Amino acid sequence: MTLASIIFAGVLTYFTRMTMIALISRDMLGDKIKAVLEYVPSAVFPAIIFPGVFINDFGAFIEFNDPKIFGALIAVLVGFLSKNIIATILAGLVSYWFLIFVIFS
Amino acid sequence: MFSKKQLFNRGMLDIAPHMLSVIPFGIICGAIGVELGFNPYLVYAMSFIIFGGASQIVFLQLLSGGATSLVAVTSVGIINSRHLLYGAVLSEYLEKLSLIKKLLISYIVVDQGFAESNKFFKKNRSEKYLHYHLIGTGCTMWVCWQIATLSGIILGSFVPEELGLKFAIPLTFIAIVVQDLKKLDHVIVMITCGLSSLLFFDAPFKSYIIIAPLIALFVAALLLKLKK
Repeated sequence: MTLASIIFAGVLTYFTRMTMIALISRDMLGDKIKAVLEYVPSAVFPAIIFPGVFINDFGAFIEFNDPKIFGALIAVLVGFLSKNIIATILAGLVSYWFLIFVIFS
Repeated sequence: MFSKKQLFNRGMLDIAPHMLSVIPFGIICGAIGVELGFNPYLVYAMSFIIFGGASQIVFLQLLSGGATSLVAVTSVGIINSRHLLYGAVLSEYLEKLSLIKKLLISYIVVDQGFAESNKFFKKNRSEKYLHYHLIGTGCTMWVCWQIATLSGIILGSFVPEELGLKFAIPLTFIAIVVQDLKKLDHVIVMITCGLSSLLFFDAPFKSYIIIAPLIALFVAALLLKLKK
């Protein structure tokens, strides 16, 4: 790893962040596109959630009885009912730890 | 009407709960870099220059696995291309800012900051200084990320791997989208994205992270057509 490669990666990352913010103006996006863009959070974040839950560190699918699936389901349930971010994260982590340290240990 | 300071504080407050997952992840990110044998100063430089959690880990892992710099840099670019979508959404609210302000704010846009500020923007469209909310979320994230990755670099292998703290990242994003499960159209879009991301997980350069959202947005466009 060289400083030059980090700078290239950083500049590229900055351009992905900056391009749309700096170069797009309201008139360039029609109403139809704006309506579709309303779905961006729902269309992007599951691509972080699903692999984070269902794929392990070695790039393989986990088993259906994996504690991560249970932890994620608990997090969804608690998050939906509590509307609280901290409760959601803690519920998922604690239920996951309970399974790996207490049940499966 | 909120003042600039109120909006900045509100942004800090809105993103603060996510630090529960961001800080452990940052510590892991720093620790992995040192464990893989990289120069600690370069590992830290990534947090300052790239400033993107997942892309920093992928960058380290690819290089330590023998990938060329070109492959590693390309992968970082593709992983972060999702920011093009965030930018398109945010551009509507940041339109009136001067170019220089837009260029500066761009550096601190992160996933959770985009998500929380976008939620706030939708409810408070008429506010004059909306961008201070985004600056609040971005600055909070920036400071926590620098401290967390630095701690990880210093602590190194003391971070217990068995805790599986990486799992906190999907959980933080579950917290962001979970309320939209009330809406059927959003549920369809989410499931499309999630399944596509698994289907295309082995696509080159980690491109599943932009392929899946594009498929999901295409489905969203179809749903909008059906609704009419």
